[in-house]
Amino acid sequence: MRHIISVLLENEAGALSRVAGLFSARGYNIESLTVAPTDDPSLSRMTLVTAGDEDIIEQIKKQLNKLIDTIKLLDLSEGPHIERELLMVKVRAERADREELKRLVDIFRAKIIDVTDISFVVELTGAAEKLDAFIDAVPAGLITEVVRTGPSGISRGAQGLTL
Amino acid sequence: MELSGAEIVVQALIDEGVEYVFGYPGGAVLHIYDAVFKQDRVKHILVRHEQGAAHAADGYARATGKCGVCLVTSGPGATNAVTGIATAYMDSIPMVILSGQVPTPVIGSDAFQEVDTVGITRPCVKHNFLVQDVRKLAETIRKAFYIATSGRPGPVLVDIPKDTTDPNVKIPYAYPREISLRSYRPASKGHPGQIKQAVAAMLAAQRPVIYTGGGVILDDASHLLGELVRATGFPITSTLMGLGAYPMTERRFIGMLGMHGTYEANMAMHETDCLIAIGARFDDRVTGKIELFCPHAEIIHVDVDPSSISKNVRVDIPIVGPVASVLEDMLRLLKEAGCDPNRETLTDWWAQIEQWRDIKCLSYDRGSDKIKPQFAVETLYQVTKGELYLTSDVGQHQMFAAQFYPFDRPRRWINSGGLGTMGFGLPAAMGVQLAFPEAQVACVSGEASILMCIQELATCRQYGLPLKVIMLNNGYMGMVRQWQEFFYESRYSHSYVDALPDFVQLAESFGHIGMRVERPGDLEGAMEAAFGMQDRLVFLDVVVDPTENVYPMIAAGKGHHEMHLSPERELA
Repeated sequence: MRHIISVLLENEAGALSRVAGLFSARGYNIESLTVAPTDDPSLSRMTLVTAGDEDIIEQIKKQLNKLIDTIKLLDLSEGPHIERELLMVKVRAERADREELKRLVDIFRAKIIDVTDISFVVELTGAAEKLDAFIDAVPAGLITEVVRTGPSGISRGAQGLTL
Repeated sequence: MELSGAEIVVQALIDEGVEYVFGYPGGAVLHIYDAVFKQDRVKHILVRHEQGAAHAADGYARATGKCGVCLVTSGPGATNAVTGIATAYMDSIPMVILSGQVPTPVIGSDAFQEVDTVGITRPCVKHNFLVQDVRKLAETIRKAFYIATSGRPGPVLVDIPKDTTDPNVKIPYAYPREISLRSYRPASKGHPGQIKQAVAAMLAAQRPVIYTGGGVILDDASHLLGELVRATGFPITSTLMGLGAYPMTERRFIGMLGMHGTYEANMAMHETDCLIAIGARFDDRVTGKIELFCPHAEIIHVDVDPSSISKNVRVDIPIVGPVASVLEDMLRLLKEAGCDPNRETLTDWWAQIEQWRDIKCLSYDRGSDKIKPQFAVETLYQVTKGELYLTSDVGQHQMFAAQFYPFDRPRRWINSGGLGTMGFGLPAAMGVQLAFPEAQVACVSGEASILMCIQELATCRQYGLPLKVIMLNNGYMGMVRQWQEFFYESRYSHSYVDALPDFVQLAESFGHIGMRVERPGDLEGAMEAAFGMQDRLVFLDVVVDPTENVYPMIAAGKGHHEMHLSPERELA
């Protein structure tokens, strides 16, 4: 089963490689991983998407917690939460296709953030499924390049993952 | 006090109360070695290979319970130490490794003797640091000792670039006494509700077994374990790493369990209805086939590391906490509950165990005209009256020692259980002998293992370490040969070492005494002579039966009840 896990860790050199190394050394599945400093520059917040049966997910959480740099961890999938991912797509946009592409951008509430005579760069934020749907909706053969950040997540409600 | 980085390293070791540092100099640690030279508080032991430094620090730590320390240079110094670091990591041994690194400005430029030590060691340390600022040096070393020795212990490496130890840059020094890390807070007490539940399960059990591991020894909880066994009257078995935590000569000890464990221990595991696992980690050499492991048991598991719990075997009552503290709570609750286990069923259970014990699974051919390795270990036990600190290498001799040398005290049996590192025994024995100069220390080894760190005989000579090497020479990598005999139709692929040295001359060329024994009748006298020479290292080359195998044995993929006792004795 898919799990999305948030980790608060010390913003130290090498912290990311400890996490990545843990997953490869123990053969855990890693679908995506995003990390950046928080409002407190000494802390990094990581969102990690993984998959496995309950025993494996339990081990993954324990092993992540065991890392000396890990401060706290939350399995977002255990409760109501919000996931967002950023997608940027470069599409071929020659005259014949421009109108249809703009309509698609409107339907998905995406944005065109770069324009040339023959191309657009489209920006779209949302849950992973929405981004998938947009990519599927772009007429075949027009996509030049796709870049996705992988999901970031946060729990719903007043409680926060803080120190 | 103003100190240079190099002086800070040495002063920090003094402030930690470090007695011995095992090391080998090189370019990146020259400033530190100069600071070592100018003081006499911390004693430096010069090994002959960095693997030996790590194993010696490890042996010292296992025997004393204190943190082992080693000091190596950058590049090959660090990579040579990796096997020793991984050995300590797998057995959760507290150790701090200080490694030199090329100067900060050239890190990443493929400088001479540069290697990404932090990257290479990351998977085999509890934690590691790269110190990039001399002002962080003292604090980092303090953190390293704290992390290495607290919670589930383990090796911590501090990588120190040469420029941070510059003798010309002096800064104020103050060693931090207390340290607290917001991201690292090991459990200090078990959950009372869980312990209560465990006690209730124990008192209701009909066929209980206590199964203990190295964690009992690491947390110095042997006396509490003894109390628990006395209070309950339960049978107790131990892993290879836990031997000696409970006296092995005592009746309630039913032998080591697992692949080469006793019949009674493994059968008890198979039949138990309540398994009390304490400081053990359900290693594959212990469990055999997971699906067949303790099929009837409710499992209680005490461990300070939450990730050990339900990792290999799903546990019913997990208790996360230090072994000693949990055992104290358990004993108190048992007392409060009147400590009234099911006496009648317990008597029946013991009768069953005694029946299994009567099979005498550890018997061997005592009439042989060759020296049986089991006989060699038994003789060693008699000659040393069970008082040894015994280190071991890895293979058949290690199993024979575990089976035939019953340890009655913790920290006496020192071997590489998790990683299974050949070459561990001799340098580990050096660490033990330095810690206890008056004690009898021996290393049981084989002719294959001993050659992996043979260079340390020179270290033993330099520091006058009078340890004894008991080498069981069967001319094979015995355990490899055994598996090839059983599972590869006796195709002995590269498990036979041709061109062995003359070990007597080899030992003597290092300045020690060498002796060779070939007949069973000569063994006791030779061992008495060897241990009689209290100020000399004696290397005993004991020529043993080359075809002997370790029994009992559970083959890989089998359950505890599917043991082979010997070629002659198979059980239904």
